[in-house]
Amino acid sequence: MRLIILIDIGSTFTKVSAVDISAPALLANTKAPTTPDDVSVGLDAALSSLKETLEAQGVSRTEIENCRKLACSSAAGGLRMVAVGLVADLTAKAAKLAALGAGARVLKTYSFQLTDADKAEIEELQPDIILLAGGTDGGNQSNIIHNAKVLGSMNLGIPVVIAGNRSVSREAASYLSKSCSTYIADNVMPEIGKLQVEPARNVIRQVFMEKIIYAKGLAKASRLIEGIFMPTPAAVLRTGVLLSKGAGSVRGWGDLMIVDVGGATTDVHSIGSGNPTKPGAVVRGLPEPFSKRTVEGDLGVRVSAVPLVEVIGPHVLGERLNMETTVVQQKAQKMANNPEVLPETSEGKRFDQALGYYAAHIAVGRHVGHLKEIYTPSGVLWVQEGKDLSNVQTVIGTGGVFISNSEPLAMLRGVSQDSTTPFELRPENPTYYLDRDYLMAPIGLLAEEYPEAALSVLANSLEVLS
Amino acid sequence: METKTLVLGVIGSDVHAVGNKILEISFSEAGFNVVNLGVLVSQKEFVEAAIETNADAIMVSSLYGHAEIDCRGLREALIEAGIGDILMYIGGYLVVGSQEWSEVEEKFRNLGFDRVYPPSTLPQDVIPQLRADLGV
Ligand code: B12
Repeated sequence: MRLIILIDIGSTFTKVSAVDISAPALLANTKAPTTPDDVSVGLDAALSSLKETLEAQGVSRTEIENCRKLACSSAAGGLRMVAVGLVADLTAKAAKLAALGAGARVLKTYSFQLTDADKAEIEELQPDIILLAGGTDGGNQSNIIHNAKVLGSMNLGIPVVIAGNRSVSREAASYLSKSCSTYIADNVMPEIGKLQVEPARNVIRQVFMEKIIYAKGLAKASRLIEGIFMPTPAAVLRTGVLLSKGAGSVRGWGDLMIVDVGGATTDVHSIGSGNPTKPGAVVRGLPEPFSKRTVEGDLGVRVSAVPLVEVIGPHVLGERLNMETTVVQQKAQKMANNPEVLPETSEGKRFDQALGYYAAHIAVGRHVGHLKEIYTPSGVLWVQEGKDLSNVQTVIGTGGVFISNSEPLAMLRGVSQDSTTPFELRPENPTYYLDRDYLMAPIGLLAEEYPEAALSVLANSLEVLS
Repeated sequence: METKTLVLGVIGSDVHAVGNKILEISFSEAGFNVVNLGVLVSQKEFVEAAIETNADAIMVSSLYGHAEIDCRGLREALIEAGIGDILMYIGGYLVVGSQEWSEVEEKFRNLGFDRVYPPSTLPQDVIPQLRADLGV
């Protein structure tokens, strides 16, 4: 046996799993409440209960103590970032996509020249890292330089990752170096129509490991373990890539999506090229990453229940559930006020399910590509923007909302194509899976070093929903 | 010689792709840095690409007869975006039917194009003028 303990320090729970990577299997899974003031307390509690379970299975104490312990974290607000670019639909969007893929919460994306008002806002937002882009390689120089000077004048004292026009990366860094630590990555958009997010993602992850976990007081926890290697969402994305591509003798599952409906936000990940499936469709707009993540801050079933209900339309929800509009709004407010309460009545459960369904439905609608009809002299032409995910066969639901509800499938069905969304390139007829053992994040920690074992463990735990 | 950047594309709902490819190859061979947006390019895409790449000129093609409608407001959009004095050419089949060329030329100059080219213009006729206009 070769034991590895995987840890996910979340905002509410610290989840730990023990896996055997020599005869790949999940051995035990426990959790304890995260202790925000000193995360090592909650981690210690979770680890001791894991130890008990393992010892009961006959695993020796020394083995448990000496095994590798790897962690990811979304505690202390997660990785909070601000993205800055030049044109909103080009380098600013590329910077945002890069930050999201690195597992960040993107607090705000700025385009063109930062103003005094932007400056004040950034000061208030208090990001952990700023990603500064702008200009293709050899392209516009003045904007990123202007923005570097503005940020440099602010005494931010935080890391700034520069991933813009490479001709002026160093110059931009020079304006920032007095108050910030600077890191230079390859341009997120080296030329028009080419997205290059991996290098910036990698640098952000490096900065997260080396700096942010200290700045957030997470380092205490990292004394108990080998290290906190990445933000939790970045680990989920890695798991997705691993599962999609396969490893060694374990075959990959092909294109897939992961949907994480949470209390405050809904995350959607897609792994796949998203090439057009509609014959003759022409792709326009910024190409999107093969592994793409989006986060919807207004779609969540507890803390964000009120904005979610507004987006759905209270009357739509009321009609579906046969409730008065005002009752719908009151219920949402109640859920936001008491996020820890799980519904007990059948009416409450149905309400919860409907919220989950719409959160998934709307978040996926924003994630996937769209088709537009263009009427030309020679007839109708289809233009695709974003990823075509209509042929995706695998959709995985992850997170407490799906696991704690008795009808996860009813919620996940919100992902797929229906008659109301003909122009959204959603999965048409996927198979739905439930991440029963909360493995989507922890498995990502194994993806690089033990891909085959990681994949076997995961595949055994994904439950087909039908 | 300093490399000059050209943004190239076929405007509007126009899918004629062949001339666009030929222009890309010819301008690249002539030493320009070509940012080719391809066919079906909106005004917004021309403007945004020119900003990010710090382009020196925009080369618009239109073959399907709707050039006038598609190009109206493009110069104004460039002015709004702060790059109003960028050099801009247009070529292709700009109008439907046979119209007096001088009238066509004037119409498109009024729409903000610095040079207007009739059908079947060859790249080698354009390149010297482009070099002269860009001072290279
Ligand atoms: C092939 C073709 C098509 C193909 C295009 C395939 C493709 N994906 O490329 C298809 C069948 C799709 C097509 C469709 C249509 N077409 Co058509 N098509 C042609 C055809 C036969 C050849 C075009 C071509 O490739 N030429 C070769 C290239 C190398 O030349 P070029 O494009 O003119 O470009 C050169 C110069 O003009 C110049 N140039 C071009 N742009 C610029 C820009 C600048 C800045 C400069 C300096 C120079 C420059 O440099 C280029 C290289 O030398 C022409 C007729 C013709 N013989 O030209 C008609 C033609 C362009 N089409 C025409 C029409 C009307 C249509 C349709 C509306 C027909 C319809 N009703 O269905 C549709 C429109 C579809 C759409 N939404 O765009 C008309 C346009 C008439 C007009 N403008 O008044 C033409 C002229 C035919 C005709 N005589 O009626 N077409």
